[in-house]
Amino acid sequence: MEKFTIMTAIAVPLDRANVDTDAIIPKQFLKSIKRSGFGPNLFDEWRYQDHGEPGMDNSKRPVNSDFILNKPRYSGAKILLARDNFGCGSSREHAPWALEDYGIRVIIAPSFADIFYNNCFKNGLLPIILSEKEVNGLFSTVEDNDGFQLTVDLEHKKITGSGSEINIDISFELDEFRRHCLLEGLDEIALTLEHAQDISVYEEKQKEITPWLY
Amino acid sequence: MSAKTLYDKLWDSHTVRENDDGTSLLYIDRQLIHEVTSPQAFEGLRIANRQPWKLSANLATPDHNVPTTDRDKGISDPISKLQVDTLDNNCERFGITEFKMDDIRQGIVHVVSPEQGATLPGMTLVCGDSHTSTHGAFGTLAFGIGTSEVEHVLATQCLIQKKSKNMLVEVNGLLNPDVTAKDVILAIIGKIGTAGGTGYAIEFAGDAIRSFSMEGRMTLSNMAIEAGARAGMIAVDKTTIDYVKGRPYSPTGEQWEKAVEYWKTFYTDGDAKFDKVITLSAGEIKPQVTWGTSPEMTMAIDETIPDPLQESDPVKQEGMVAALKYMGLTAGKPISEVSVDVVFIGSCTNSRIEDIRAAAEVAKGKKVSDSIKQAMVVPGSGLIKQQAENEGLDRILLDAGFEWREPGCSMCLAMNADRLEPQERCASTSNRNFEGRQGQGGRTHLVSPAMAAAAAIAGHFVDVQSLNKTV
Repeated sequence: MEKFTIMTAIAVPLDRANVDTDAIIPKQFLKSIKRSGFGPNLFDEWRYQDHGEPGMDNSKRPVNSDFILNKPRYSGAKILLARDNFGCGSSREHAPWALEDYGIRVIIAPSFADIFYNNCFKNGLLPIILSEKEVNGLFSTVEDNDGFQLTVDLEHKKITGSGSEINIDISFELDEFRRHCLLEGLDEIALTLEHAQDISVYEEKQKEITPWLY
Repeated sequence: MSAKTLYDKLWDSHTVRENDDGTSLLYIDRQLIHEVTSPQAFEGLRIANRQPWKLSANLATPDHNVPTTDRDKGISDPISKLQVDTLDNNCERFGITEFKMDDIRQGIVHVVSPEQGATLPGMTLVCGDSHTSTHGAFGTLAFGIGTSEVEHVLATQCLIQKKSKNMLVEVNGLLNPDVTAKDVILAIIGKIGTAGGTGYAIEFAGDAIRSFSMEGRMTLSNMAIEAGARAGMIAVDKTTIDYVKGRPYSPTGEQWEKAVEYWKTFYTDGDAKFDKVITLSAGEIKPQVTWGTSPEMTMAIDETIPDPLQESDPVKQEGMVAALKYMGLTAGKPISEVSVDVVFIGSCTNSRIEDIRAAAEVAKGKKVSDSIKQAMVVPGSGLIKQQAENEGLDRILLDAGFEWREPGCSMCLAMNADRLEPQERCASTSNRNFEGRQGQGGRTHLVSPAMAAAAAIAGHFVDVQSLNKTV
């Protein structure tokens, strides 16, 4: 997994609550047996005017120029500003894979759906929960200031940004374990296997209690 | 020892170790595997040269991509075929039990596992699918995970988890006739919202919940995730134990007796504390129809489509306006005047034998309206299909003009050939009415099997009771 330490980038504001993982990556792209290549189909139904299918040359498809990700001022954005309950619905990890493949590394929202939130950390993505007021503030700042960049510093758990008469300095909270794994780019399976002995001891104990499961 | 909730008991009995940072290493008794969320997990194992920790804990079946007609011709879409072939190859290579497409036991994972007794009370169960919450109906801690976690469970039989908070959803009193578990869960989601259960593990309780069969309870737990909760559990009782008895994966003989004693301990202690309690009165719940693009946008069959102008929260109001536009509906119109193009009875929410019986009961001796383009019934497994045929339900449905299909996820998410065309309106027994869920531009209204069958007969949404009076 790719490490995440500090990053400065443009933030794109997606002003919509309850964005579900079906919208993030529609079902027809879930047929892939790979982990990569989902980026061109991120938000497919909103991003393009036609119906997308796997194997299409996406560079030739008609784009929906009204969709926020297609606006030139947000090109190259690596931070996504979102609203409540982002990533709800299906557990598909293809959603964080698509975001990551597109280039997004940070998502900031007042709340996330549990499974999506969890899946982000397995893929080097940092989902940040801020208060509704703080998110509203970031939406306004980004929308009102063309080319405005935010810096996300995981080490110090801070979001900063400055421009004329603007000074953003927001702290955020994150579980220590998740922060540590992301900062170091750790393989969780290897971490768990360090406790293989504990797992075997547990199984031996359970064989007495629930023998029908062994 | 302090009083515990059902969730506390399930959590504590599966904790391998507690880490300093507040997370726990949780042991997983059962993992269900399907073709969509597993290929990258198996690939990960291969790359790292790891083997599954406990082969017998895993059970696989293809469901999302499988065709529901002409099974003998195989899968025509080469990309879907590759995904199903990949599951077959992975299961063969690693030695995991799989019910393949031509096996009568094949079906939707969340239907197959309980049917086989592979879902048992008191266990932990995961699957790379959000509707894994279904299995909570058995007093099981069951939740959906991503593909990285599928790999993690394959390799270690454990997950690193942080405990959720406890929420109790109590439904007390007597249910009205024709109010099913589907109506109850939609009413619950309508009350608490699609994010109301985020961060919580829900326990459903109360005499209305107790009165449901295991099929009904599975429908209820299945949609806990639509309220934002990864898990939705129901305490073990006689109904649970009677259902589990005699199934292929269930314990037998002396082990059965021991198991029953153990399972009976999975209930919430009388004085246990919940972080949040929601109460609904069963008598106030009417048959539900969703009107929007989120499961929380639900209404009773005798109501009119809500007016966004009545909503004070601006973000919600905007969401309502967008939903009505997408759904092609206008505020103030009675939902019973909205006509339907397609009817879909199936999915991990409502494709079990009782669901098919309920649909057949409504359809018996009647005809699907001429205005309906397609009405299909997709059983949840090959065994349910067989049972329904033995009961003559297929004949009733076919005579009424329904299509009778092979088992799979089908039009719930339209990964196979079964999908809506743009602007087609569907009365669906599935679980998500998201934009494009059943096909790009398709409009989904979530209902119970009886309500879906009634809509097929009438050509529009209708209260089952009034349908019986008028037709």
